[in-house]
Amino acid sequence: MATTSYTSWAADLAEVGAVYPFVGTEVVMVILGVVFWLTCQILMSKMENEELEAEEKAAGSSSSEGNINRY
Amino acid sequence: MGSNIDALTTIFTEFYYFVTVVFMFFIHIGFCVYEVGAARRRNHMHTLMKNTMLIPLVTVTFFFFGWWIYFALPNFPFGAIDFAAGAPYTPWAETMGTNLGDHLTGVFWAAFLLFSWTAASIVSGACIERIKTSAFLIHAVLIGSVFWIIDAAWGWHFGGWMVKYLGYHDAYASGVIHAIAGGYALGILMVLGPRLGKFAKDGTPRDIPPHNPWLVTIGFFLIYAGFWGFYAACNVPIISPEVIGGEITGVTWTATNIYLAPTTLSAITFNFLMSLSGGLMVAYLVSKGDAFWTYSGGLAGIITASAGNDLYHPIQAMLIGGFGAYCAFKLHGYVERRFKIDDAVGAVAVHGYAGFIGVVICGFMLWGAPSSPFEGYASISPWGQLIGAIIMFGLLGFLPGYLVSKLLQSRGMLRISPAVEIRGLDAMTNEAYEHAIADVQAAEKAIMNEQSK
Repeated sequence: MATTSYTSWAADLAEVGAVYPFVGTEVVMVILGVVFWLTCQILMSKMENEELEAEEKAAGSSSSEGNINRY
Repeated sequence: MGSNIDALTTIFTEFYYFVTVVFMFFIHIGFCVYEVGAARRRNHMHTLMKNTMLIPLVTVTFFFFGWWIYFALPNFPFGAIDFAAGAPYTPWAETMGTNLGDHLTGVFWAAFLLFSWTAASIVSGACIERIKTSAFLIHAVLIGSVFWIIDAAWGWHFGGWMVKYLGYHDAYASGVIHAIAGGYALGILMVLGPRLGKFAKDGTPRDIPPHNPWLVTIGFFLIYAGFWGFYAACNVPIISPEVIGGEITGVTWTATNIYLAPTTLSAITFNFLMSLSGGLMVAYLVSKGDAFWTYSGGLAGIITASAGNDLYHPIQAMLIGGFGAYCAFKLHGYVERRFKIDDAVGAVAVHGYAGFIGVVICGFMLWGAPSSPFEGYASISPWGQLIGAIIMFGLLGFLPGYLVSKLLQSRGMLRISPAVEIRGLDAMTNEAYEHAIADVQAAEKAIMNEQSK
């Protein structure tokens, strides 16, 4: 079992190319990577909206004034 | 230096390590800034000095015996101590001084020394605000100049027994520095106990926020910058197959990892940044935008991917980094609630758990890949990495930290008294400052009054 295309360094480095695990699955990795990125970015956006909604509900004259004074 | 090309290679390598050492200084600056930001105002001076004074103590002890350990113990205890290999690195050797026949020992020593500071500094943050500085400095010498360098001899040396027999692979020190330091910190914390007021009577943990979160974030940025230099320092920048003397054929020169196996600076630059990004994104989400944990997660991301970042694909590094950040955040909370461990800066989670997990993940990701360019070495495997992670975190990290702390505790040397802890370690210094300020102000006002007459 080997996740790399080589199992020893007995090679001429001038003839060695990619050495990362699972060479040949780049497209799958890119799909996974893009899904990860988009999921994170969407969740970040959702999280911010929830936070802003909570802030809006908490907004009142006394608390807002306190925060203005805090600067 | 035989030929001009040899001379250029040597001078380039000398300069390369020199620059990495300067970069790695940022790690220590970052840790100092970060710890002071995390500590409460009444403990600033002691927090800073505790972390600062490890610099001279670890430096001189690393000169006296730490560096020798690295060359003499790669096969110990499964082989004899190699006194011949260690001889040029004894403090009385001519190569350990200004020597026109040796351009590399000093800069290579310094690169490893900065790793030593880092290992000790990781431990420092976990036990702020209640450990005696003298007790911490004993721990600093032990982790910085003894235990981490033993693990480096075993698992971070091209001839180390862990590499030969287990196929241990840890290119940028997930286990060799981070897991061992995190394990050591956990050993201390179990004996040291939490800060007063950290846990409610029912055991619920209380948050003790940093006094200055912005200082903490600047500290983290400095650590990131230094960590990048650390990555470069873990590589041999240029070497020929002939000098390596292993299985590599042909005449193409290469950069290598610490095991003298090929990699590139390009690879580690990709993977450093992608694992940092994966860690930051996941930590931001899982901590709900908490700055402290988002930054910690970035660090945990790099640490988790570090074991295999010489060979991973950048997307693999990103996903592994994200997973490591998630694990570090969740495990910190779980251990704090379940075992009442007060890790003031999350060092055990970010360095220890993430480092341990990173070593194990590397065993799966690089399963079957060669651990070394030399013939007869075991290849990388999940079980070799798991055993390696246990050795790093448990045997050389947690166990010595726990036992030495028990010894110090039995002699009343470990922890400050509750009265001092409540009053603050800097109370007398602060009062002296206030008196001095009042005195100067009174003097200046008197001068002003005289001038106005």
